[in-house]
Amino acid sequence: MSAAPLFLRDPRDVGGPAQPLLDVRDLRKHFPIRGGALQRVVAKVHAVDGVSFSVMKGETLGIVGESGCGKSTLARLLMRLVEPDSGEQVFDGEEVGSARGISVAGLRRQVQMVFQDSASSLNPRMPVQGSVAFGPRAHGMGPAESVALARELLQQVGLNPALFGPRYPHELSGGQKQRVNIARALALRPRMVILDEAVSALDKSVEAQVLNLLRSLKQQMNLTYIFISHDLSVVRWISDRVMVMYLGEVVEIGPAEQIYTAPRHPYTRALLASRPSMDPDHRLEEPPVTGDPPNPVNPPAGCRFHTRCPHAEAVCSARAPRLGLTQGARDHHAACHLHDPASGHSLAMVRH
Amino acid sequence: MSVTTTPAPVLAPPLAAPRSRGYWGTVGYRLRHDPVTLFFGALLLMIILSALFAPWLSPFDPYKESIIRRLKVPGYMGHLLGTDELGRDMLSRLLHGGRITLMMGFVPVLVATLVGGGLGILAGLAGGRVNALIMRVMDVFYAFPSVLLAVAISGAMGGGVFNALLALSLVFIPPLCRVAETATTQVRNLDFVDAARATGAKLHLVLWHHVLGNVLGPILVYASGMISVGILLGSGLSFLGLGVKPPEPDWGLMLNTLRQAIYVNPLLAALPGIAIFLTSVSINMVSDGLRSAMDVRL
Amino acid sequence: MPETPPLVEVEDLTVRFVTRESTVSAVNGVSFSMAPGEVLCMLGESGSGKSVTMRALMRLLPPRRSRIEGRIRIAGQDVLALDEAGLRRLRGGIAAMIFQEPMTAFDPVMRVGDQIAEVVALHRGASHAAGRRRALELFDLVRIPSAQRRLDAYPHELSGGLRQRAMIAMALSCEPSLLLADEPTTALDATVQIQVLILLRKLQRELGMSVIFVTHDLGVAAEIADRVAVMYAGRVVESGTVRQVLRTPLHPYTAGLLASTVHDQPPDQLLSTIPGAPPDLRALPPGCSFAPRCPRTISDCTLRAPEAVQPAPGRLARCIRAQETLLETA
Repeated sequence: MSAAPLFLRDPRDVGGPAQPLLDVRDLRKHFPIRGGALQRVVAKVHAVDGVSFSVMKGETLGIVGESGCGKSTLARLLMRLVEPDSGEQVFDGEEVGSARGISVAGLRRQVQMVFQDSASSLNPRMPVQGSVAFGPRAHGMGPAESVALARELLQQVGLNPALFGPRYPHELSGGQKQRVNIARALALRPRMVILDEAVSALDKSVEAQVLNLLRSLKQQMNLTYIFISHDLSVVRWISDRVMVMYLGEVVEIGPAEQIYTAPRHPYTRALLASRPSMDPDHRLEEPPVTGDPPNPVNPPAGCRFHTRCPHAEAVCSARAPRLGLTQGARDHHAACHLHDPASGHSLAMVRH
Repeated sequence: MSVTTTPAPVLAPPLAAPRSRGYWGTVGYRLRHDPVTLFFGALLLMIILSALFAPWLSPFDPYKESIIRRLKVPGYMGHLLGTDELGRDMLSRLLHGGRITLMMGFVPVLVATLVGGGLGILAGLAGGRVNALIMRVMDVFYAFPSVLLAVAISGAMGGGVFNALLALSLVFIPPLCRVAETATTQVRNLDFVDAARATGAKLHLVLWHHVLGNVLGPILVYASGMISVGILLGSGLSFLGLGVKPPEPDWGLMLNTLRQAIYVNPLLAALPGIAIFLTSVSINMVSDGLRSAMDVRL
Repeated sequence: MPETPPLVEVEDLTVRFVTRESTVSAVNGVSFSMAPGEVLCMLGESGSGKSVTMRALMRLLPPRRSRIEGRIRIAGQDVLALDEAGLRRLRGGIAAMIFQEPMTAFDPVMRVGDQIAEVVALHRGASHAAGRRRALELFDLVRIPSAQRRLDAYPHELSGGLRQRAMIAMALSCEPSLLLADEPTTALDATVQIQVLILLRKLQRELGMSVIFVTHDLGVAAEIADRVAVMYAGRVVESGTVRQVLRTPLHPYTAGLLASTVHDQPPDQLLSTIPGAPPDLRALPPGCSFAPRCPRTISDCTLRAPEAVQPAPGRLARCIRAQETLLETA
């Protein structure tokens, strides 16, 4: 293994360790829903609605949320597989897609993605080593050289290249396919990997193997991860910081340990409390919240969680809270009127 | 806990699995082990070869008429399959007729696969307005029954082999276009196409390596099924006098001109029909075999 | 403990799927029985045979391609010997089933209230109006808010959680004594999953029915099960009460599954894993199917498939070292 020593700086590292690798400001994507004979826009899905965050070099940012919260759309926006309606994306100090910044193609050389569905994310007509070699091939590497690289990567993700390289995706198990997908993502030596529910479809015993693999690859290759999942336990184990999304918005972001031990937003608390207890003697008797997440087509006005929130007051439906620093914690932000003393919420002044 | 507490090795032991054949390898293996498809494949090959080599295989000149040898039974004076209403050798005419009839099947399908398939792939890939434009135009053609459309086009342009081929090609373009569009749209929305785009590869590379290979299969299977439709439609046009002109031998035309013989020598009248039937059944069976062989669990 | 006759008895059930190219041994000798009013969780990963066992209980497997052997008795009836009419009485009458994806259980172009009314009318010979009244009761029972209005909704107009509740309502419409639940909460969001689990637990208690609950999630089993049967490669490798199995697992597979389930593990350590992958069901290894992945394998493990042993009252394990394990953990 030729892991780069940590003190040698990556030549692609422009701004040094203090500059975030990825900085996202006010990213927005509304999908139009067309209807009627003339295919006019009748409504809009508020998939991602003004999301801002940054990812430091070498860290893992976990993103959690339920269906419709926009986490998968966010992943595709960050890769520019979907064009954002508005917002800024800065990669290591360079704005993506602007004339003076970094091009989309340039971004994709440095940011790669692993998808949830391990089966549909591999070309069924191509041997898996061909899928891994495709990226380097497309960037001008020779055929023999790129296959050699692909086999080296398969070895690195724990698959015997002589045995698995020439196989087709349907001849591999789910866990093996996901290892191939990881190898493919690493083929261009990216600096950042976006993992969109990358272990969610795997069986528990295989999930642990792949999670361990992801962690050791991160160390070996100096990677930065964005880890998207609905599984709070997995996100806690792998993440340094965690971002919680609800209906296209960020409701809370902060260090993983604080999010899990001292959650500030009522939604985060509900999400954590909804996890099964693992102890038959301490079963949950009442659900932490009732109802389903609302439809992102017409999200509720004001705070989007107010329809299910136990602390909702008039102000919550009237005004949307801003994502602000919470008291008594470093780098821990929440978007809730409870944590804004000036909001007018009757419980807002209570200090911990 | 009684299970490993040390960090597990990153290398997972490989799963024992049968030796890989690859996609086309699997298809080939299945075809070789499918006796029905093999039989009809051989029959089809024989029909095609005998049409190709008709000039060498024919015992008589297919155009040579004879007043005294009209509508003779098979075996008469060396005429293995007898003679037609103008005393021409049936076997020679059937062999020569196969060339035009088979051409009616293959050429329009080939043209339609290239044009319709290409348009369909384009529509599927481009989506949006381009898709709407192409597919709505196809819908207009689709609105006519195919037989009627072929008859109308041939009728408007006049008879003859070339016009019949053109008419059939036009008839086949819309269905092939639709099949290609559906297949492409499905493939385009799969994650592996996104994954390939995410490598920053140029669009034509993504199309060539990841989209085309996955849409060609369904298009080819569909097209192979159209060949027998083409033969039947072509024969139909000739039967109506809109395709091949006499004295050119063609199975459809022969069926027409031998109609009167049905009272004198029914076997003779049936021969061109039997040839059409065998050919189209063979093509359909091979197409079906191909379809099930290519249906690999992915 | 008084002797009540078991509601479900399965003896040596095997299910094989036969195709032109291979034979898949999906279930390989499953035996269990359950008392009325009990909740049994079938726990296992994909391909372990848990869903196939469940479908075999209802005779829902494709008859041409599947070979079922063994004995299944539900409420005293021999399920494998039932004719079409007997099967209709069994399905929906004695036993009902709910699935992971409720959209598959509903007709998409019919109002959900009418669908439930139709089922009630069919099984009870009641009028449509009586069926609608029953549907309203059921919607209240499964705590669907504004039930009257929701009866007139089409399936796609309901949210995921409501659709799941509506499917439960339909399954309960004829008061079954056995509910078969095939991963009914797996596709749901976290905050909705716990609501449905708690609802199912309450309904089970109120109605006194038996539930067989198939899941791959240990946490879900901990929330709902009385007893747990852990399946691996088509066999029940361990069964016992939920506390026994989750706290002192006797089979190395159960132990490995518990250890590798990510739940508040310290983030600075690697997770413990079960190496390798489940066996190919077309060519099972001789002896114990788990032996190739097992950290406690001894030479005897690969000789023949281990018999089920009973190291403690009420507990079964298919492991020749189960007794040893029990002593070690005690």
